[in-house]
Amino acid sequence: MSSATISQGYRSVPGRLHTILLAGTVPLFLGALLNDLAYHSTYQIQWSNFAAWLLAGAELFCGLALLAALVNLVRAQRKGGHALYFVLLLATFVLGLINCFQHAKDAWAVMPGGLVLSIIVTILSIVAAWVGLAPRTGGLQ
Amino acid sequence: MKRANTAVFLGVALLLGACGEKGADTQARGPDPKLPEQQRGLLPSMKIAEPTPWGDQKPTVPEGYSVTAIAGDLQIPRQTLVLPNGDIIVAEGRGGSAAKLKPKDVIAGYIKAKGNTKVKSGNRLTLLRDADGDGKYELKTVFADNLNAPYGLAFANNKLYVANQDELVSFDYQEGQTKAAGAPTSVAKLPSRINHHWTKSLAVSPDGRFLYVGIGSNSNITERGLEAEVDRAEVWQIDAATGAHKPYATGIRNPTALAMHPQTGQLFSVVNERDELGPDLVPDYLTSVREGGFYGWPYSYWGQNVDPRVQPGDPKKVAAAIKPDYSLGSHVAALGLSFSQAAMGGKFANGAFVGEHGSWNRDQPVGYKVIFVPFADGRPAGEPVDFMTGFRTQEGKTRGRPVGVTVDPRGALIVADDLANVVWRVTRKP
Repeated sequence: MSSATISQGYRSVPGRLHTILLAGTVPLFLGALLNDLAYHSTYQIQWSNFAAWLLAGAELFCGLALLAALVNLVRAQRKGGHALYFVLLLATFVLGLINCFQHAKDAWAVMPGGLVLSIIVTILSIVAAWVGLAPRTGGLQ
Repeated sequence: MKRANTAVFLGVALLLGACGEKGADTQARGPDPKLPEQQRGLLPSMKIAEPTPWGDQKPTVPEGYSVTAIAGDLQIPRQTLVLPNGDIIVAEGRGGSAAKLKPKDVIAGYIKAKGNTKVKSGNRLTLLRDADGDGKYELKTVFADNLNAPYGLAFANNKLYVANQDELVSFDYQEGQTKAAGAPTSVAKLPSRINHHWTKSLAVSPDGRFLYVGIGSNSNITERGLEAEVDRAEVWQIDAATGAHKPYATGIRNPTALAMHPQTGQLFSVVNERDELGPDLVPDYLTSVREGGFYGWPYSYWGQNVDPRVQPGDPKKVAAAIKPDYSLGSHVAALGLSFSQAAMGGKFANGAFVGEHGSWNRDQPVGYKVIFVPFADGRPAGEPVDFMTGFRTQEGKTRGRPVGVTVDPRGALIVADDLANVVWRVTRKP
């Protein structure tokens, strides 16, 4: 196995910053979901405020991770896994943005759409991170 | 400025599910408005008109009337009062200390600020005097300063009453005075926590015994929590002698101006209603204020139309909600109210003038004018009539925004413009 093959195999795995951004997206969306659940069951508005800020943070992390994913996709020699990861993350970001707008509505107008979107986006972000952080096979173990 | 417009247009373009909006013709006005279905796209409509100076332009007034600017360079003039000797007191300032609770508040606050004056809050009263009666107010002097966002003004009992955003105060007044003799005396503390709607409107009973203070809600529609709404969306009756208060009317979202009907002594208010239910909901209104009356906010609007954004709801309160007297149209932002007098002449002699600050969350702007609502037998009767227009240019820029309106018994309408920082005076041509 030549050294050239090794560097090609690892070249576009998420780097450290990319990994932090991607992995951080998950608990931020999850936090928003938990806060939505709390608002849904208590009518206490502060939970909804927390959810809105957590979503904003999630979108920031997710958006930066999406940029990194795009760079990796462009630079990757074999696009397959990268493309799936990118599409999943893109879907997470777009639905997350719609969820942000949904959370910008006043009081109970957030519900139930905001809760449903939070569930979908949380699941999507986990799947995206799952795919994006999959251990690479081949190359040097 | 350009970038903000782009952001607004992007917002409008992104409107999902919202139907095309039409202009003022879709606005239901009068005693029995037909209300459309509630609607809200993913993003609310916003249309902030870029401010532009009046230059040598003036507002348009009806045939037979003329308008002049009697004072300029003010620091956000809101409400005015004509004293017995004809001097005019102008309350200047801007209040509110509402924390930004959601990312939305940060963004909406930035966009809304584009359509307002950049001048700092004056927190003062300015006195204007036309000593020789030639219509030119040659004296412009500070009557009192270091106030806290003064808004409502009233004169009774040889006192000038001022509703600051946190306190009702009074100044002793002697005819001809041009400067307050000292610091004001407290009459009563007013609810001031958060102050989402900070303006405290003011009127006095004909006998001078009671003061009425309009206190706006602390949110659009309870998005700051119901706890924040204690003592809010009410009209208080305050005993002028003792400062004791009681809620006189409740559920009245933002009573931005109060006035006594000169013949019947009935209290009236213009009230700003809730946003984000569509371009033609919910109508701002002019109404007589009934003692003990509940006007629906937050649970319902225009009588029994339930607002589903308030949870848990309260069917008993909804059932008790009073239907207001007269719709002014949604989002017009009525901020001024004054009853006319015979000296105003002709078809403007019997009725109420209403200052409309103008919309910010409607695709087709409405308001931005002073209208006249005819009255008969002490009640609104008939179609509203435009009295003062031309606050927006044909290109869609905004020259001014009317706030307080005050009828001068000598036959003039005083109009505060808080965008151009000017006070206008409309008179009959001789």
